[in-house]
Amino acid sequence: MAPLRFFGVALGTAVAVFAAGAFVHNEYLYLAAYTVAQYIVLATAWNILGGYTGYVNFGAAGFFATGAYTSVFLHKTVALPLFLMIPIAGLICAVLGLAMGYLTLRLRGVFFAIATLAMAIVLHTLVVNWSFVGGARGAYIIRPREVMLFAGYSQYLFATMLALAAIAVSVARWVEHSRLGRGLAAIRDDETAAECSGVPTLRLKLVATSLSGLLMGFAGAPFPYYVGYVDPAGAFNLAYGVNSIAMPLIGGMSSWVGPLIGAVLLGTLQQVLTVTISSAVNLLLVGVLLVTFVTVAPNGIVGLFDKLRRKRGGRDG
Amino acid sequence: MDVTFNLLINAIVAGILLGGFYAAVSIGISVAFGMLDIVNIAHPAFIILGSYIAYIVNVNLGVDPIVTVVVLSPAFFALGVAMYRWYYVAFERRGRESLSGLAFFFGILFIGEVALLLVFGVDYRTVNTPYIGPSFAITSNISISMRLFVPFLVSVAMVLAIQLYMTKTFAGRCILAVSQNQTALQLMGANPQHIKAIAFGLSIVTAAVAGAFLIVIQPVEPSIGREYIGRVFAVCVLGGMGSIPGTLLAAIILGVAESFTATFYGPSWAPAVSFGILLLTLAVRPAGLLGR
Amino acid sequence: MAEPILSATGIVKTFGGFTALDQVDFSVERGERVGLLGPNGSGKSTLVNCITGTLRNDAGQVIFADERIDRLSTHQRIRRGMARTFQIPRPFHSMTVRENIEIALLYAAGPADSEPRRTTHDANADDAMRIVEEVGLHKKADERSGSLTQVDLRKLELARAMAAHPRLLIADEAMAGLSTGEVDEILALLLRLNQAGVSIVMIEHIMYAVMKFAQRIAVLVAGRKIADGDPQSVIANPDVQKAYLGE
Repeated sequence: MAPLRFFGVALGTAVAVFAAGAFVHNEYLYLAAYTVAQYIVLATAWNILGGYTGYVNFGAAGFFATGAYTSVFLHKTVALPLFLMIPIAGLICAVLGLAMGYLTLRLRGVFFAIATLAMAIVLHTLVVNWSFVGGARGAYIIRPREVMLFAGYSQYLFATMLALAAIAVSVARWVEHSRLGRGLAAIRDDETAAECSGVPTLRLKLVATSLSGLLMGFAGAPFPYYVGYVDPAGAFNLAYGVNSIAMPLIGGMSSWVGPLIGAVLLGTLQQVLTVTISSAVNLLLVGVLLVTFVTVAPNGIVGLFDKLRRKRGGRDG
Repeated sequence: MDVTFNLLINAIVAGILLGGFYAAVSIGISVAFGMLDIVNIAHPAFIILGSYIAYIVNVNLGVDPIVTVVVLSPAFFALGVAMYRWYYVAFERRGRESLSGLAFFFGILFIGEVALLLVFGVDYRTVNTPYIGPSFAITSNISISMRLFVPFLVSVAMVLAIQLYMTKTFAGRCILAVSQNQTALQLMGANPQHIKAIAFGLSIVTAAVAGAFLIVIQPVEPSIGREYIGRVFAVCVLGGMGSIPGTLLAAIILGVAESFTATFYGPSWAPAVSFGILLLTLAVRPAGLLGR
Repeated sequence: MAEPILSATGIVKTFGGFTALDQVDFSVERGERVGLLGPNGSGKSTLVNCITGTLRNDAGQVIFADERIDRLSTHQRIRRGMARTFQIPRPFHSMTVRENIEIALLYAAGPADSEPRRTTHDANADDAMRIVEEVGLHKKADERSGSLTQVDLRKLELARAMAAHPRLLIADEAMAGLSTGEVDEILALLLRLNQAGVSIVMIEHIMYAVMKFAQRIAVLVAGRKIADGDPQSVIANPDVQKAYLGE
């Protein structure tokens, strides 16, 4: 399917989900579904670098929070509408990804992973010490009273995040089938051989870190409006970092389908468990699932299905 | 005497003491990452585990935290060996350490933190020992608190012991050999996996001991381990991958740098120092100070 | 006489205190077949790495097709018409044989020095198929490269290098570990490539293959070039016999 047509289908799906939500019209459902959509964006963004290129980013929470605090800053200074804040937050996170990549990717790949892990902590420190955006105590964000075309602001946020999810998945699928994606896959398989086949490895890795950062920034930008009150502990919550990794790994990293499946399954499960048990228990579950999958099913749910299909195909033929 | 000068001297002294502690925190990573090429980002989870075990024994039996972890070190060693076995079978043997292996340790780090959170909650925990509280004065302006001094001494002793072990014993020399050339190791008649398991067990022991130091120095809660990820890797890289004297030197540099930052800019900036050092090292001299 | 396609002069490379290459000169004429010999650790692979850009030389210069290239990155050199194979095959293991070749088609020089192609469409798949057939892997075009046998991996290495449409191909022990029949197969392939105008450097331990193939042989020992000339006289050279063949 051509990329534009796929985007059309993705957007159509988003609209259908939204319409179904409007039919039920339950405020809690909106908020829960928003979180799942947000994880689709984060997991898909992570997978562009992690799954396609083979570089682990532990700092998803840092990128997400940078997106969120960009919104807080813009809210306090120029008060742009949300749909303009999102691309700005994305661009800032893209530059952050580029800078991190440039400083560490010329060395061994593992330094990038370590640096992203430390980066989230430093950004956290930065925000805690930055009183303009609320410092350690956090900041209240007052939602606009009304938005055009939508019944309420929650509905508007939900629609926005669904659209972002459609964009993220379409971008990931486009990358996967493009010349860029082939180059990234070559880097993932064998970086030296890729370079010797003419692949400009450093440049492509930097494109991947920037693109991944951009999408993570998108996911974070609407967050302050969603929660109404942002503090560093909430925006830099380790759950974002863990879920961004766990969802693609559990879903499967080789294509855009994996993170989507992972985010929908794990995201929904966590929403249910948070309501019924506690948020700490569901985070423990994510950790255990992550460790289990990387150990016994490294190709995720998609990989398990492939195996099953191949077995069946073998029996038929 | 000038107040700033006083602050400066005290910051240096406190920094050196802190640096000794950071050496204990980082030495395990210098062994695991620097020598064995195992990127154990879950190292802080084992530090915090050490803290909590020392805490439980101290609260219930009144035993000194450092004594507890030293006595229990065979158990930590066994835990480390078991971890390495898991890592080897699931990832290293299949050549999947770079992505799945990293994610695995990240999962362990996360599980460790959340599990402790579920059992002990977010409250800060402290221990009781005679050397928490008192301090002694060197001059009229400089005083050293015992709760920093005791961990410093034990830590430096531990680092020296590991350096001696690595250079003077057969097993230690095998570990050094494994970091350079596995074929040479096989010629020495040793099994690389066996040697790596020993070394990894050792690195987990040092993590637990560092955990006892940690709870002596400051109150501990489960998520505090995160702050040490940046520190351990900054020290390991700055010191020069796998160099034990380098680890000690780099730890003291980091300790002094953090102490300065805390004194002159405020303690809330201290966590950023290690990251700055890490990035600067990677940009300017990736081989580290005493790198091979 | 035309300028050589490759001319490396005064190449020095040191690792710590160890001098791996000491003032080595090495050149290849257009259309020439050169054998590069030397015992293990003599600096052959280091020289290849300095020519292709995997390593940077400390001194000296590398001129390829009338252009100084020793400060360019590897992919830039590949795009100027250089290709190499690896001593230990390095396939893109998650891809099929055909996809492996498509990577080089997408990113390397392409015919007649044109810009690398930017599409992944059918023309590319046809090109890939043609190369797959040329090396005799057409039955395995859609197999995962991770599951290939040793000889097929060697062929894939060559196919991927051919897909870069090189003017110079450096084959680093492309026949190590193969049977005599398989060696002949690879040799025939290399000869066909050479007849199509590609200059070839062959690094090899298999003596009869080098003698059969090379028009000229250069010998490296302990980071120095000790001989360079027509195969018969190089083999007869007492220094070469002493250092490389005997003692």
